[in-house]
Formats: sequence, structure tokens, C-alpha cells
Amino acid sequence: MLKIEDLHVSYGAVRAIKGISLEVDDGELVSLIGANGAGKTTTLHTISGLVPASSGSITLDGKDLRKTPPEKIIGLGLAHVPEGRHVFARMSVEENLAMGAYIVRDKAKIKRQLDMVYAHFPRLAERSRQLAGTLSGGEQQMLAMGRALMTEPKMLLLDEPSMGLSPILVKEIFSIIRELHDAGITILLVEQNAKMALAISDRAYVLETGLISMSGPAQELLHDDKVRRAYLGA
Amino acid sequence: MNKTVKRGYIVNGLTAVLAYAAFCVLAATLGQEGGFKLIIAPGIWQCCYLILLAASLNLVLGFMGQLSLGHCGFMAIGAYTAALMSLAFERAGVYDEKSGAAFLAVLFLCIISAGLLAAAFGVLVGIPALRLKGDYLAIITLGFGLIIVNVINNLPFAGQNGLAEGSAAASLYATGLGFGSSDRVAYLWAGVGVTALCVTLMFMFVRSKYGRAVRAIRDDEIAAAASGINTGYYKVLTFAFSAFFAGVAGALYACCNASLSTVSFSFTNGSILNSTFVVVMVVLGGMGSLTGSVVSAVVMFLLNYQIANGAWVDALPGFIQGAFTYPMLVYAVVLIVIIMFRPKGIFGAYEFSLLRTPGELARRLRGLGRGKRANKGGKEAAAQ
Repeated sequence: MLKIEDLHVSYGAVRAIKGISLEVDDGELVSLIGANGAGKTTTLHTISGLVPASSGSITLDGKDLRKTPPEKIIGLGLAHVPEGRHVFARMSVEENLAMGAYIVRDKAKIKRQLDMVYAHFPRLAERSRQLAGTLSGGEQQMLAMGRALMTEPKMLLLDEPSMGLSPILVKEIFSIIRELHDAGITILLVEQNAKMALAISDRAYVLETGLISMSGPAQELLHDDKVRRAYLGA
Repeated sequence: MNKTVKRGYIVNGLTAVLAYAAFCVLAATLGQEGGFKLIIAPGIWQCCYLILLAASLNLVLGFMGQLSLGHCGFMAIGAYTAALMSLAFERAGVYDEKSGAAFLAVLFLCIISAGLLAAAFGVLVGIPALRLKGDYLAIITLGFGLIIVNVINNLPFAGQNGLAEGSAAASLYATGLGFGSSDRVAYLWAGVGVTALCVTLMFMFVRSKYGRAVRAIRDDEIAAAASGINTGYYKVLTFAFSAFFAGVAGALYACCNASLSTVSFSFTNGSILNSTFVVVMVVLGGMGSLTGSVVSAVVMFLLNYQIANGAWVDALPGFIQGAFTYPMLVYAVVLIVIIMFRPKGIFGAYEFSLLRTPGELARRLRGLGRGKRANKGGKEAAAQ
């Protein structure tokens, strides 16, 4: 579904991504793990067009994403949940979700997606009238994910969904990601919490200072000595 | 559009039209009476352009969350466009006295052109706004306001001393749009009508899908972009839209003044027309509430009028009276007091609606009554 070949990204003179290639197939849950500053977020930002690539190719079902402006990419079925719980703080939960469906014109579909999101995130349904800025961190993360689901995307880019959450909430968020994966949504997950990410993923890539150092089935990486030493603290 | 929204538009719209008709009838009956003609009618004109200025800046400042300090620049563009166009039409012989269908057509053409030219400049200022935020954008817009005044000063047909003494060589008052006191009464319906129409359009804008997108950009730009909102487009659109209404405000200003001078629009100007003053109006009313902007424009007008003409001012001790000769000092105090005690402004993000407001008001009054009774009970209990 998503195919990246020899991607390079620079911020001025700083080369953040130095030629990576990765692939995510239909229905797969693939995670991208690595330390701070490895280029994980940059990779996602480049895929969804928020940061321009300097060279290489990114295609979604054969369509060139580098030539698509960011506001059009979501129309192709690729939704991005940015890092750090970006919600519209002064809008209610329901208005936030409606904004997620901004590009959807079909009202019946909006209603359907809203029900679907509330089914996955019952807590959001309870708080549909509350202002998003007053939600807890975990609820804001759920809202950001729910909002991305409003367009009925084929593929979801999740950036550090567990960041700054309590262990119980991290578990909850990961079980929801698992549910979404089981519902057939293709997911590219970026995480620092490598253990949790690998536990639910099909495959994974390890990113180190702008280059992919390792890749393979998640279970294999989970038991790989190098990965365990570097990222799993074992 | 869902049913309540539609009903709201119908109820509020009809009421506004009725109120407007009643106002026109009232203005016609009061007609050329002394007090109405000399004090109230000019005051209403002044309120009209202040309302438009505050409401239009609120689109950028309150709804989009970008600080713009050059709003009077757009107003100056509108004022000069309308004034110069009307003079040109007069010279071309399209009308010779300020009445009749030809003059009306010119009047509205001038107002619309003023808005459109200001909107074109709004696009120009909006483009840097794509890359700049906060303080940096404030500085750019501040610079824009200063530049516009200088450019107009150096135009061969406008001149430093205003239109009256520029090479246009004719007072705006005599031949152009500038209304004398009886014309101000005669065309009051136009000024109020244009203002009401513009405020309605702004209200519809912020309530629409576009307005929601703009508020989303204010709250979180990255999330807005990730939701498929073209943030650049909406920023420029809002700037242009806001500038359009500031331009219309300028045209109304040109209508109700005898002459035009860039001094009125300059940043250092101590009077009511000044970009910082407009910011004070928006903050006082509530960033994100058009109702608030309308109310605070009227309040600030009254305050300004009282400071300049109120009899009570003479009764104040000397040093306070001294401060009142610099009205900006008073506005600064007003701004500080709002920020300290009610940072969200009088109305916050609340909008008036006939469907909701009366009910909410009644509930609040009942609550207040209950609160008082409870207090009284408490006191009696304490006394026993």
C-alpha cells in the first residue's frame, strides 16, 4: 500500500533522513522504532506532506504523494495522527470529530464514522459536549485518533500515541490500535516504547540517525539481542 | 444546515430586518431636528464604522488568532478609494448634487470598491502571514499600517494635507461623498444598512464551514492541516475578508467626515481611530464574539465621547482631567483592567441569538433572584 524508496529529507544543512526505503502492505501493522532524533517523526511528516522531501519517492497505491499537497493526501485515504495530542482545544469533542470529517461531504457517512469512532472510544461518547482542551491526556490522544478515523482512512500514521501517558492508558491505547488493525486498517506506528510496539506489530523497522539499521518480523526483532540491548533495556 | 441553525437565521434575520425598518422610520420622523441632527446622527455614523472595524479585526484576531496591528491601514485604503472615486464621478458629471438615483449608485459603488481594494491589499498582507505568527506578524502588519499612510501622503492626487488641500483641490465635503449634517441624517439608512449587512455576512462566515476551519487553524494548525484543511488558503482568505470590511468601514468614515487626512489613520494618532484602539475594542468585547465587538464598539464610542464632551469630566480633579486630554491613556487603563479581571472580554466567545439569549437571560435572572433570597435567609439566620 505505502512504498518509500531512497527517501532523503533535510532541514537546511541538517540531513535528517539519509536514504530510507520501507514498505507497508495492505492490512499490515508496521512499526518504526528508534531513539530520540532518529528521524521517526520526520518520516511521518514527509509522508503526509507537512515536510518536503529532498529526494526519493513516496507512493500510496501507486500514487505519488510527493506531488500531492497535504490537504489532498487525506482524501487519498491516508490519515495522520500527529505527535503530542493535537486537538482543537476550544471546540467540543464532537466538533473536533466533525473537523476530522472536513473533507467528507456525505452526511450519512459522517454519521456512520461518528458511531464507529464512539464504538472504539466509548469515553469520547461520554464526553461529546466537553471542550477538548479540558480532556485528560489520554482522552486527548483518543480524540486525535478518533478524528483521524472520521474520513474512513485505508491507512493510519500514528506518531508516538503513548507519549506522556500513564502505563494503564498506554495499555488501553495499544489495545485500541490492535482493534483498529483487526478491523482491517493498515497502520504505520512510530513509537519510542519499542516493547509495546513490537508486541502488537506484524513487522518493524529500526531507525538510527536517519538510516534503517534493521528490519524484519516484529517477533524476531523482539528477541534480537541488539534490539533488546539498545531499545528494550534488557 | 440543520433545522435549529436554519430557524435561528430566519428568526434573527427577520427581527433584524424589522428593527432596521423601525429604525429607518424613526430616523425619518426625527428628521432634521437639532439634537438628533447634530449629535445623535453623527454619533450613529461613527458607531457604524467602529463596529465594522472591530468586528472585522475580530475575524483575524479572535477567530484566526493572529495579531494584526495595521487594521487602520485597510481602513485608510477604503476611505481614500471611496473619496477619490466619488470625486472622480462628480467631475465626470455623473451626479451634481447629493441626491437621486445616480448619486445612490455612485455611493454604493464607492463603498464596494473601497472594500474590494482593501481586500486586495489584505491578500498581500495575508501572504507573509502564511510564514509568520504572533509577534512577527504583528510587526509586519504594524509596518504595513505605517507604510500605507506614507504612500497615501505621497500620492500626487491625495497629498499630505488631505484631500481638501491636495492636488485634488476640492474639499470632500463640498463635492464628494462627505456628508454635511443634513445629509448625514438623510443617508443614515444607508450607513446603518451597510453596517448591518456586513455584520450579518461576517456572522455567516464564522458560522459556516469556512469559519469552523479558521477556528480549527487557531486552535491547532498541525491538526488542522492533518484534517485536510488548506491552512494557507484559509489564512489569506480570512485576511482578505477582514480587510474588505475594514475597507467598507473606511468608506463609511469618508462619508461622514468633511475631509480626509492620513493623520486620522496613523499609528501615533491619539484619537479614536488607531489600530491599537481597534485591538482594545476587540479584546474588550471578547475575542471570538462578533456580538462582543458590536457592543464594545458602541461602549468605546460612548466612553470616547464622554471623555471629550462629558460635563462630569470638568468636575474631576485636575490631574485626572489632564490625563483625559490623552485618551489613549484611558484606553490603556481599560485594556489593563480587562486583562486583569476578565481576560476573555465581556462576551468571551458568546454570540447573541434570539433563540437562546432570552431564555438564558431569564434563567440567569431567576438564579440571581434565588441567590439573593438565599443570602437574605442567611443574614436573617445570622441575626437570630
